Amino acid sequence: MSWLAQHAELIVCILGCMLVTAVPRMGPVMYLRADSLPPALRHWLSFVPVSVMAALLGQDIFFYNGAFSLSWTNLYLVAAVPSLLVAWRTRSFFGTIAVAMGCVAAGRALGVWQ
Amino acid sequence: MSCPAETGNDAQTASASLFWEGARRALPIVLGYVPVAFAFGVLAVKSHIPPSLAIAMSMLIFAGSGQFVLAGLWGAGAGALSVIVAVFVVNLRHLLMSAAIAPHLAPLPRWQRALFGFEMTDETFGVHITAFQHGWKLAATTLFTCNVTAQLSWIGGTALGAFFGGLITDVKPLGLDYALTAMFLALVVPQCSSRLHLLTGIFAAVLSLGFKMAGMGQWNVVAATIVAATAGTALFLRRARREGRDITSGGAA
Repeated sequence: MSWLAQHAELIVCILGCMLVTAVPRMGPVMYLRADSLPPALRHWLSFVPVSVMAALLGQDIFFYNGAFSLSWTNLYLVAAVPSLLVAWRTRSFFGTIAVAMGCVAAGRALGVWQ
Repeated sequence: MSCPAETGNDAQTASASLFWEGARRALPIVLGYVPVAFAFGVLAVKSHIPPSLAIAMSMLIFAGSGQFVLAGLWGAGAGALSVIVAVFVVNLRHLLMSAAIAPHLAPLPRWQRALFGFEMTDETFGVHITAFQHGWKLAATTLFTCNVTAQLSWIGGTALGAFFGGLITDVKPLGLDYALTAMFLALVVPQCSSRLHLLTGIFAAVLSLGFKMAGMGQWNVVAATIVAATAGTALFLRRARREGRDITSGGAA
């Protein structure tokens, strides 16, 4: 059996996934005209960035090692506190990232968290 | 053309700084993508996906969570159609991001908007929309330097993981598993430009967590985004109406 025939279903699957990923990403940015949108929808879109970023963060920082955790044993959650403070006080993009990654690396180096 | 050498140098300096701005914007994304893509390459090979097709996925799909869903389900023996449906759902949030960034990219020719859309991820969306909100004047060089660098690091990380998966077993000591979360922590704070935006963000985080724990599977992020943005807009419009403000111009920034 040729390589292509052997992997035919996977190749079809990958192409299908490409299609369903690319179309939602490309469609609006290519064809949406902002000036033709009703005002309520434009306001709605202005709330999308904060909502989607917070929604992604919520599932990232409250899960640690694959399980929901709302305690100090959750290093991702603990590290988020000083990071958010630094982001709020300094508005420094790279400073915040350095503090956040530093907290996680230090927490593990100290052996307090795994 | 009175002084070609000098204007040439100026133009070169300007385009070089646009390039470096794009590279700077890509830096934290690259830090996060390489280890995650590496892990994806490892998982793909474990899921009976040949390295060449794992790399093809990173070139053609370029979606972190989507590719993990694909490899995971494929490894578990799922059929092509159910994998495609799952990947569609997990990437549906990009429809909303693409719509939100569309007005800022309107000056670009359509083929460039197509390329932008093809390479748009949570992370590239995050850095560019935040730059626009802070008055960044659109520069295609910066935009595409950032996005292409990000995707190249994703493809490179995938190749390393697929071919040399045994080499590195743990990126945890460096805190690299937190790089992308760290970036979103830095990006989400300037998003909270008003009390209403802050409340909307907290609501979205709680909802996405609640939906995930309620067993909504891959729908949680897109559903939380829609509900929270709708609630934020409703409150904004109600307040504007009460104060008799005109809502037809601009966004609720």
